[in-house]
Amino acid sequence: MPDMAALAHPQQRQFNPYSENGGTILAIAGADFSVIAGDTRQSEGYSIQTRYAPKVFRLTDRAVLAVNGFAADGNMFVKKVKQRLEWYRHAHAKDMPLRAIARLIQTMLYARRFFPYYVYNILGGIEEDGTGAVYSFDPVGSYEREACRAAGAASSLVQPFLDNQIYFKNQRPAAGTSHPAHLPLPTVLSIVIDSFTSATERHIEVGDGLEMYVVLAKGRTLQGLEGIRGMQELTATEDGERVFIVRRDLKRD
Amino acid sequence: MPSASPFNGPGFDFTNQVRNAFILEKGIPLPKATSTGTTIVGCLFNGGVILGADTRATEGPIVADKNCEKIHYITESIRCCGAGTAADTEFTTASISSNMELHALSTGRQPRVVTAMTMLKQYLFRYQGHVGAALVLGGVDSTGSHLFTVAPHGSTDKLPYVTMGSGSLAAMAVFESYWKADMEREEAIALVTAAISAGIFNDLGSGSNVDVCVITAAHTEMLRNYSKPNERVEKERAYRFRPGTTAWKSEEIRKLVVSEQVTPIGGDAMDTD
Amino acid sequence: MDHFPTNWGRPRNDAFDAYGTHPIHQRPYNGPKDAFADGVQHTQQPIVTGTSVLAIKYKDGIMMAADNLASYGSLARFKDVQRLCPVGQYTVIGAGGDMSDFQYIQHIMEELTIDENSAQDGHELGPVEIHEYMSQVMYARRSKMDPLWNSLIIGGFKDGKRFLSYVDLLGTTYSASTLATGYGSYIAQPLLRKAVEGYEDILTEEDARKVLENSMRVLFYRDARSLNKYQIATITSAGVNISDSLHLETSWSFAEGIRGYGAQTQ
Repeated sequence: MPDMAALAHPQQRQFNPYSENGGTILAIAGADFSVIAGDTRQSEGYSIQTRYAPKVFRLTDRAVLAVNGFAADGNMFVKKVKQRLEWYRHAHAKDMPLRAIARLIQTMLYARRFFPYYVYNILGGIEEDGTGAVYSFDPVGSYEREACRAAGAASSLVQPFLDNQIYFKNQRPAAGTSHPAHLPLPTVLSIVIDSFTSATERHIEVGDGLEMYVVLAKGRTLQGLEGIRGMQELTATEDGERVFIVRRDLKRD
Repeated sequence: MPSASPFNGPGFDFTNQVRNAFILEKGIPLPKATSTGTTIVGCLFNGGVILGADTRATEGPIVADKNCEKIHYITESIRCCGAGTAADTEFTTASISSNMELHALSTGRQPRVVTAMTMLKQYLFRYQGHVGAALVLGGVDSTGSHLFTVAPHGSTDKLPYVTMGSGSLAAMAVFESYWKADMEREEAIALVTAAISAGIFNDLGSGSNVDVCVITAAHTEMLRNYSKPNERVEKERAYRFRPGTTAWKSEEIRKLVVSEQVTPIGGDAMDTD
Repeated sequence: MDHFPTNWGRPRNDAFDAYGTHPIHQRPYNGPKDAFADGVQHTQQPIVTGTSVLAIKYKDGIMMAADNLASYGSLARFKDVQRLCPVGQYTVIGAGGDMSDFQYIQHIMEELTIDENSAQDGHELGPVEIHEYMSQVMYARRSKMDPLWNSLIIGGFKDGKRFLSYVDLLGTTYSASTLATGYGSYIAQPLLRKAVEGYEDILTEEDARKVLENSMRVLFYRDARSLNKYQIATITSAGVNISDSLHLETSWSFAEGIRGYGAQTQ
C-alpha cells in the first residue's frame, strides 16, 4: 500500500516559483474619465529592489492597466496583453474596446488556472458609450465592473477609505439631499493622492513614487486638470480619448 | 504554590511549547507581536558612548508606531537600545533597570555597564531565545565607556561600534566605511545618524526619525528625534464630517442634571459647621 | 494488496464510504504509473556559488564589480573565477549564484552573439536586447520549474545611452542607478545609493571606482562568502573593459584594544 502519511503531508519542494513584490494600485471611474494609479516601489522582504518600477501601463488611448503582485508575472502578463492588442489592431484596424479587453484579460488569466499569474489586475479607461469604467480581476480571472477598486499590499487600508469617500458608505446624506453618483476629476485626484500618502505612512511596502494615469472621454475638455503640476500627455491616436500621466514623490523610508 | 513534584522531572517544563506547536499545526496562528524590524546602533567616541535608533515599530507589514522610543533607560549613565519583540525588549530592560537600581542601593556604588550586561545575558540565556530581545547596551561607569550587544540567546559582543536589527547590515556598512578610533562628539553623532539613516531609507523594517543618546562621564543627553527626515506631508483634502453623518437606530436623551429637594424630617439639623 | 476499499478506485462504493468522507486528495493513486515521474528531476539547488555583484551608473557609463571567489558551501573552493563576462561589444553580464548555470548562460550568450554576427544584417545586440533575452530565458526556466539559479546584473553602453538592469532565477527584473545582488543588496546597496543617487551624471570614473572599491571592502569584512580579490568592469563609449584581478587593502587595527566579549578586561 502506498505510504498514506506521505500523501497526507505533501512534500515541500525546494523551489518556489513565486515571490511578492509589494506596492499598491487603485483605480476610480468618473462620469467621463478614469484615474488609474500605482506606487513605484518594488520590494522583496525588507529590501527595496528599486524605487522606480512602473506598475501602471497605457494599453491604448482608452485603456490603462495596473498590475500588482509578483513583478515577473506582472510584466509578462502586460507584455502578452499588449501583444494580443497589437494583433487585434492588425486584424481590425482599430483599438480593442475596453469591455473586450476586460474579457480578454479574463480568458488570459483563466488559461493559467493551474499555474496562475500571481497578479492582481485593475483595468481602467473609457467604454464605447463614453463612460469612465474600472474593471478589477483576481489572479485567476474573476472580474467585475466597478466605480473604484484598490489592490495590492495596502488594499486593506485603501479600499475602506474609498468605500467611504467614493461610495459614501457609512455616510448619511443631509436631510433632503443625496450623495453624488460621480465625483469631479480634481476631487478624485485629491482622493487618490491622499490614499497613497496615507498608505505610505502605515504600510512599509508602499512609497518612493506615485504614477497616476488620467483617461478622458471623447470631447471632454481639460477642465479640472488646469492646476495639476507636472502633467504629461501620452495620447497616441486621433480617436478622441486622451491619456495623461501625473507623477508625485512619496516618502522613501 | 509550586513545589518539587514526584510526577514532573527536574528542569524546564516544555508542555506549553508542545501545546503551542499543536495549536499552530491546527492552523491557529499565535498572536502577532509588535516590531521585528529595527535599526539600532552604538559607537564609542572620545569621552563616552553614543547610542542611536530609528523610531518605527511594525506589526508584519503595517507600521504600528511611527515615533516609538527604542533607547531605554537602565540607569542614569547606562542606556539600552532594543530590537526584536517590542514587549520583550521593554520588559527586559525595565526589569534589569529595576534590578540595577536595587543593586546600586544595596552596594552604595554607581552601577557598572558589565553588571547590566551580565544580568541581561543571564536572563536571556535562561529563556533560550524565547524572549526575543536583541539589545545594544552602552554606558559610562567608573571603569570607563563600554559598548555591548546582547543577542536573544544570551551571547554578548564587545566592540567599538555595533549594530542590531533588520537594518543592522545597512548601518554596519556605514560604520565599516567611515568609523575611526577616538572621534570627537559631533563627528560621532553625525556617524551614528548616518548609520541609522542608512537603515531608515534602505530597510523597510526601519523608518521615520533618528533618536540619539550621548553618554559621557559628566552627563547623559537623550536627543529624542535628533533628525526628522520623514515628516508627514499635508493631505490634499480635509476629511471633516457633517454632524449627523453617522446613522442611528434609536435616540434617547437623558437628563444628567437631577434637581433634588431635601425635606428634613424631625430631629435636629446636622451640624455642618 | 490495498485493503482499504475506498482506495480501490471509482465508482465509490457506498457500502463502505457512504458520504465520501475519505478526501480525494488523500487517496492513493492506483492508476498506471508515469515511469519518468521520479526520473525527471528538475529544481536542483545551487552547488558552486558566487556571491555579490555590484553595479552603478556614472558620468561616462556603467561600472561593475564582482570578486573572484566560487564557494562550495562554506568552502572557499575556487579563488580565480571570473564572474563578469563581456557579451558582444556593448554589454557585460555579472553573475551571482550557481556558477555551472552561469557557465551555461555564457554558452547561450556565445551562441547568440555568433548567430547575430553571422547574419551581418547591420544590427548589433546591445545591453537592452541582451537583458530582454536573458529575462525571457530566466522566466521561461522558472515557469518550467527548472530555474537557472542566478542573479544577473546586465550593464551596457550603446548609442550614447547607459543601461543597467537586473534579472534573477524567478524572472524578476528591475532597473536603478545602483544595483547589487546577494549580500551586496543588504550591505553595499545603502552605500551605493548614498554615493550615486542624484550624482549619476557628475560622478567621474575615479569617484565611481572609489565607491565600488570601498563597497567591495565592506563586503569582504562582513560577507563570509566573499574574497579580497575582485575585478572591475567599465562599459563606456570606448567599449567594454574588464580589469585584471585587484587586491583589496584591509585594516584590522580596531581589534587591538578589544579583550573578550563581556566582563573580561585583560
